Amino acid sequence: MSLGLEHYLILAGILFCIGLYGALTKRNAVIVLMCLELMLNAVNITMVAFSRFVVPELLTGQIFAIFIMVVAAAEVAVGLAIILAIYRGMTDIDVTKINLMKW
Amino acid sequence: MGLVVAFWILAVVAIIAALAVITLRNVFHAALALVSCFLMVAGLYITLSADFLAAVQILVYVGAISVIIILAIMMTRDVQRGSPANKLQFPAFLVVIVFLVVVVYAVMRTPWPVTGGAPLTPTTGPLALQLFGEGGYILPVEIAAVMILAAIIGAIVIAREK
Repeated sequence: MSLGLEHYLILAGILFCIGLYGALTKRNAVIVLMCLELMLNAVNITMVAFSRFVVPELLTGQIFAIFIMVVAAAEVAVGLAIILAIYRGMTDIDVTKINLMKW
Repeated sequence: MGLVVAFWILAVVAIIAALAVITLRNVFHAALALVSCFLMVAGLYITLSADFLAAVQILVYVGAISVIIILAIMMTRDVQRGSPANKLQFPAFLVVIVFLVVVVYAVMRTPWPVTGGAPLTPTTGPLALQLFGEGGYILPVEIAAVMILAAIIGAIVIAREK
């Protein structure tokens, strides 16, 4: 038995779904951010797998994965800063209670 | 053969770690499970012969992002009563299962244009040529630098004490 593109794609799909479930159902904002990181990692796996199996000499998917990592690092920095600011104002980071922007 | 065994071990541990992230009660334990999931993904990059990306994964995710996440958990310590779920558990589960079935179906039914070419090793030099060389991705690299700067300034401004 050998490894194909499908193995990596389905593994990435499972990881993405786990992250999606966590992002939809968790109430702690830090856990939601962690699940977002899981989803971004799953996407990175598909990028690298496509790069390896479809265009092995061009590395385009790996370039894309690098840019996704850049965006993920920026996202987690700004996201956690927002969480800290909310925590300072409301002393709570329950995403079901953060609804001040309604008004 | 060794590659196949490595892939299955890494895949199973990665999925177990990801499940631990969303099931563990303690937020700190969930963060540690997330770190082990990142490590397994780095191993998967090695099985895909993406050596530079594996190193970057360990430096950026296992090193930097996990530290920031644990820092945030420490600073919001007062609300650390587990990681409760909201009322959307059942609909979210349904949506996720449907999504997974659609993805698996699409992946299995699509005739991917797979080429049997050998992978480049090491990838560091070709990646640098692609990023900075003639006709490469130099403009996105510059935009990424500006975006990182904006993110740093934004994070400082948002998180600063008034």
